[in-house]
Amino acid sequence: MSKTLALFRKTRFLENQIDEFLDCVTESSLVFKGAIKIYLEHGVCDDFDASTQQAGELETRGDELRRTIEAQLYEQTLIPDLRADVLKLLEDLDNLINITQANCYRFTIETPEIPTKFHSEFMNLTDTVISCVDAVVMSSRAFFRNIEAVRDHNTKVMFYETEADKISSKLKVMAFSSDLPKVEKIHLRYFIERIDELANESEDIADALAIYTIKRSI
Amino acid sequence: MDIVVILFLTSGLFLGWSLGANDAANVFGTAVGTRMVRFTTAALVCSIFVILGAVLSGAGAAHTLGTLGSVNALAGSFVAAFSAAMTVYLMTRLGLPVSTSQSIVGAIIGWNLFSGSITDSNTLFKILGTWVACPLLAGVIAAPLYKITQRVLGLAQFHLLRLDAYTRAALIFAGAFGSYSLGANNIANVMGVFVEVSPFTDFDIGGMVTFTGIQQLFLIGAIAIGIGVFTYSKKVMLTVGDSLVPLSPVAAWVVVIAHSIVLFLFASEGLEYLLANSGLPTIPLVPVSSSQAVVGAVVGIGILKGGKNIDWRILGNIGAGWITTPIISAVVCFVALFFLQNVFNQKVYREANYSLSSTAMEHLVEKGFPVEDLKEIQSKIYKNASVFRATILEKTSLTESQEAMALRFGEIFYTRVTPDKLTKIDREWLGEQRAVVLESFADRSFMYKWQLAESLARKSTQWKLLEQTAVNKVYNKQIKSRLDYIYRTFSEVEQPR
Repeated sequence: MSKTLALFRKTRFLENQIDEFLDCVTESSLVFKGAIKIYLEHGVCDDFDASTQQAGELETRGDELRRTIEAQLYEQTLIPDLRADVLKLLEDLDNLINITQANCYRFTIETPEIPTKFHSEFMNLTDTVISCVDAVVMSSRAFFRNIEAVRDHNTKVMFYETEADKISSKLKVMAFSSDLPKVEKIHLRYFIERIDELANESEDIADALAIYTIKRSI
Repeated sequence: MDIVVILFLTSGLFLGWSLGANDAANVFGTAVGTRMVRFTTAALVCSIFVILGAVLSGAGAAHTLGTLGSVNALAGSFVAAFSAAMTVYLMTRLGLPVSTSQSIVGAIIGWNLFSGSITDSNTLFKILGTWVACPLLAGVIAAPLYKITQRVLGLAQFHLLRLDAYTRAALIFAGAFGSYSLGANNIANVMGVFVEVSPFTDFDIGGMVTFTGIQQLFLIGAIAIGIGVFTYSKKVMLTVGDSLVPLSPVAAWVVVIAHSIVLFLFASEGLEYLLANSGLPTIPLVPVSSSQAVVGAVVGIGILKGGKNIDWRILGNIGAGWITTPIISAVVCFVALFFLQNVFNQKVYREANYSLSSTAMEHLVEKGFPVEDLKEIQSKIYKNASVFRATILEKTSLTESQEAMALRFGEIFYTRVTPDKLTKIDREWLGEQRAVVLESFADRSFMYKWQLAESLARKSTQWKLLEQTAVNKVYNKQIKSRLDYIYRTFSEVEQPR
């Protein structure tokens, strides 16, 4: 009996860890959004550095949580039929945190030149991408608690990803039709793609989640 | 205990072992196969509950096998259990679906044929009917149960990990219930044929609980099942987990519960009593196949999901198993009995002689039996039931119940209430008043079992059987087991002088 109770206690602890990990993904995306806003307004400054540092801390915390959860899932042989899917999901979500952190560093190191006329679309792209990440985090939470809601959140992910694609294409066209030097055009395109990558990754995760959900409901 | 007795019991233990190795997989197969429950946990829970089920509720289904045919010599029981176990083993090796229940029924029929005993057709049809009913019922239980479970889980919205923990606990509880039902229902397959020749006697534990001879016999059989679980079932469990239709742990739980409910329904004397008391129709207590209950439950869920994943070939094989298994087992038993009797010179059945003495004739007249045409066979002795029945049927035409009556009143079973045996009887278990009545018969002899029973009943209501209704069944069974004890204790091989 005490063994069963211990199992329930450990389960609750692990549930909290997963929730905390998903919070990390959301927080990291919000930090990234704030960082882009600061960069567009002030370039690399103390506030931007603080955001980059915060993104780095979240990445470290995310890695720690992911490793703990993975280890416990294996050690306690929990959810044997879905363990591989859950581990893949956690790793893919962790990759979203990695991308936001890496992007912050890229801005710090490469300091791309973004003309003012691009700012509103750049912010628009960031907002859409972050909404996409937010939807995939919601979808992941639903996978753990309420699988029927996964589909609804996934629909949002697909929508935001398409929107992000449209905005990034528009931005690229704007960049290459401008009179900026070639090298800056290419540099801009690189950063547009790096930001859009978050939406593409989110879409891949949502696709995988749809399959995991079917497996869970059999 | 006689070494020969132990030797003969080994075939039952072999059958128990193979039952443990194969059928435990039905209870815990999916749980262990999907790694939801550790094998050691599964084996421990399974063994404990199989033993509890066998000892506490095993008697109901055993009685039905007893009515099908009473294997009345230890060597015969050995062969019956051995043939059944061999059939199970061989068919498993050949990869054919097999059921211990069907195998043992075949073996008993084989023994009946060899010994010239009569297979009770009513009981046989009752058993055959339940074989078909068992998977159907399991499917009918599993489908709505699955739907309800899905609905409840949808509303409860447990976290995936919480659901996992609950499912593990539920699988262990369901497994415990399944093992209990398996023990209660299937111990009859393992030890049922030894009931008639049980070498064990009843004893009291602290004057509170009686540990009957049959319970002791069942305990040994259940321990053999437990050993089968620990030594061999892991392999089978892992195969079952992989090879059956892929099931989610929750669906696996539904299958185990449905299987357990079916086995429990066909084994529970308590439920029978409850149903009878409420004026509802009762369920026959018959050993059924746990493998087929599992397949029935899986198919039930499969049909609910549209029936695309169902392997109809497996269902065809089950249908074929209903016919082939008992036939193979009956043939193996018949041949083995022949060998044991003629090559090893063993007594594989106690000759049950039949004769209608004048007392029996008078008795039959009282019961309104047409005896006019039977006068010429009065007091003639027939060597077995088949010959006796054939002779009677030649002389007169009888209804089925009259035929059964003639067989009951004609079976010779000599008893003599000797003073030295009277000193050894278990008075406490028998009941003081019953023992006193029995003592008043000191030095009297009887030719038939019914003669002794009726003499006792005339002397005291304590020995009287109540009207045959399901409500009275438990009481009557107690009286019958005491009568059986008296028959065994005071039996004589030859007619007492």
